[in-house]
Amino acid sequence: MSSSKWLVAVASAAVLAVGVAACGSSDDSTSTGGGGGNLSGSIRIDGSSTVGPLTQAVAEEFNRENPGVNVTVGQSGTGGGFEKFCVGETDINDASRQIEPDEAAACKKEGIGYGETTVANDALTVVLNPANPNDCLSVEQLAQIWSPKSPASNWSEVKGAEGSFDSEIQRFGPGATSGTFDYFTDAINGEEGVQTKDYNNVGEDDNQTVTGVEGSEGGIGYFGYSYFQENSEGLKAAEVKNESGQCVAPEEKTVQDGSYDPLGRELFIYPSDKALKNPTVKAFVDYYIDNVNSIATSVGFIPMTETQLEKAKSGVAKLAG
Amino acid sequence: MASRDIAASGSRASVESRPRLGAASPRHGEKVIYLLLAACAVLSVVTTTAIVISLVVPSIEFFDEVSIATFLFTTDWGPTFTPPTFGVLPIVVGTLGVTLWAMLFAVPVGLGAAVYLSEYAGRRTRKIVKPILEILAGVPTIAFGFFALKFITPTLQDVWPGHFLGGPPLIFSALAAGLAIGLMIVPIIASISEDAMSAVPHGLREGAYALGATKARVATRVVFPAALSGIVASIILAISRAVGETMIVLLAAGNTPNLTFSPVESIQTMTAFIGTTATGDIPTGSVIYKTVFAVALLLFVMTLLMNLLSIRLVRRFREVYE
Repeated sequence: MSSSKWLVAVASAAVLAVGVAACGSSDDSTSTGGGGGNLSGSIRIDGSSTVGPLTQAVAEEFNRENPGVNVTVGQSGTGGGFEKFCVGETDINDASRQIEPDEAAACKKEGIGYGETTVANDALTVVLNPANPNDCLSVEQLAQIWSPKSPASNWSEVKGAEGSFDSEIQRFGPGATSGTFDYFTDAINGEEGVQTKDYNNVGEDDNQTVTGVEGSEGGIGYFGYSYFQENSEGLKAAEVKNESGQCVAPEEKTVQDGSYDPLGRELFIYPSDKALKNPTVKAFVDYYIDNVNSIATSVGFIPMTETQLEKAKSGVAKLAG
Repeated sequence: MASRDIAASGSRASVESRPRLGAASPRHGEKVIYLLLAACAVLSVVTTTAIVISLVVPSIEFFDEVSIATFLFTTDWGPTFTPPTFGVLPIVVGTLGVTLWAMLFAVPVGLGAAVYLSEYAGRRTRKIVKPILEILAGVPTIAFGFFALKFITPTLQDVWPGHFLGGPPLIFSALAAGLAIGLMIVPIIASISEDAMSAVPHGLREGAYALGATKARVATRVVFPAALSGIVASIILAISRAVGETMIVLLAAGNTPNLTFSPVESIQTMTAFIGTTATGDIPTGSVIYKTVFAVALLLFVMTLLMNLLSIRLVRRFREVYE
């Protein structure tokens, strides 16, 4: 009886050991490359959670042609990503804003060169309830609504707004740790992270903004352009009055020509010069720029213009030397 | 293996003068099972200790940077903002408010259901109704959250009497979330209280009937007090469950740290704060990272106190019938 139990134990241990060994060997085979493409090795990417899905989509397409390459895409935020990038832990950083001076200094200290490469455009879209008669909002009006100190509490208090609309303002926005929040607060209130606390903090769940603005007459919220396209039914996108006084709606055309200002933004990748010496990384970055315009729309971003594309291409070529 | 055991015990028998009582073989299997069972018991203790340590260590670092007084006694909550503020009261009040609405709904309904099932319902009815009630306890909380958002909120907005308590509830409100949590914890109160009432000896009821008491009187004056310790335990368990609920408040209560007990406004609870903040991209080791742990520790302390209170009250109200 007891001897048969021991047998079972030994047998299961053996099975386990074989299993572990099998896992180990399969790991080895991926890292040594092989498969259809002749490229191999690994590419480490981190950074913005806005750009992450785009890079991920490009990486999947790239992998189909080069199965030997192992691309990892992290999303620890633009700032968190730069911390890793500037100590050489990653090859490419995704960024939803330009590199900041202190980050640039950190990179310089470690001797890491980089090239700012535009890959797509995005429009931060301000959404309103369809019952709201206001169609166009100026930066001053948005600032009055989202101001850190005593923001307007009713639409009738907003200067220059449709006077007949008497409805309490309900604000919905992403959490303060989001890059979208940083960009919006910077563009509207003039400083990153500065905004009224009296708002529904939906965290990273933009769906809550959709539900909230749909369900409250005086609701206002904002998120990336892709999110509005998916949820345009119960919402309306506000036009934003730019510096020259035009009311501009968030569209592919207005973002590309720069008139959707200041809420239109460029999205970037930052490849490092050292990484571009590696033919695998160089091939990936070239592939990224050549194909991103056809992929961007499906991920919900606005493709680059010809000028942006040319600039990205020449920038990478120069950096690779 | 087995043959060696016999040989060993045989040689021992020849050395010792009188026959030994006890196992004929060493029974290693028994020891293994003993160790496995003990490990299971130890595992839960170790887990609890590990959770406490993992909460306390970052919290201590947090209180190096923010004083306990600022944390507990100021009323401005915006740890992720510029400049950050750390007055935890709005989200504590938010948590307590939601719990209050939940209990105002769940205690009467739960106890009513328990009295009905234990004292009035026939055996067949009880056999059908009780399992159904307990199924309600198994509904995933995310389903309750959607139910609150898509059914309770619109219904409340439709039937709300004018500006009662500050007007109809907003799209996200403390009341809608509270009612959904109330629904969720009705089975806890009903089921445990019903068990306690059913356990009251029949002699007590029969004695009361013999003295001419009505059915309602027996239920409220005899059975209810006799079962009080179980009832109190069920209510406190339900409060702990309500305080810790995350998914329902995340979906239905909004996320606005308002210092208010108003049922119609959007609030933020401690669990909702942890839920939204921990899923955002916060740098490890930053103050906001440690804030999440400090709030979790406070929540842990609150439920711990509740459980200690529960043990106290249960002992105090316990009636022992021989």
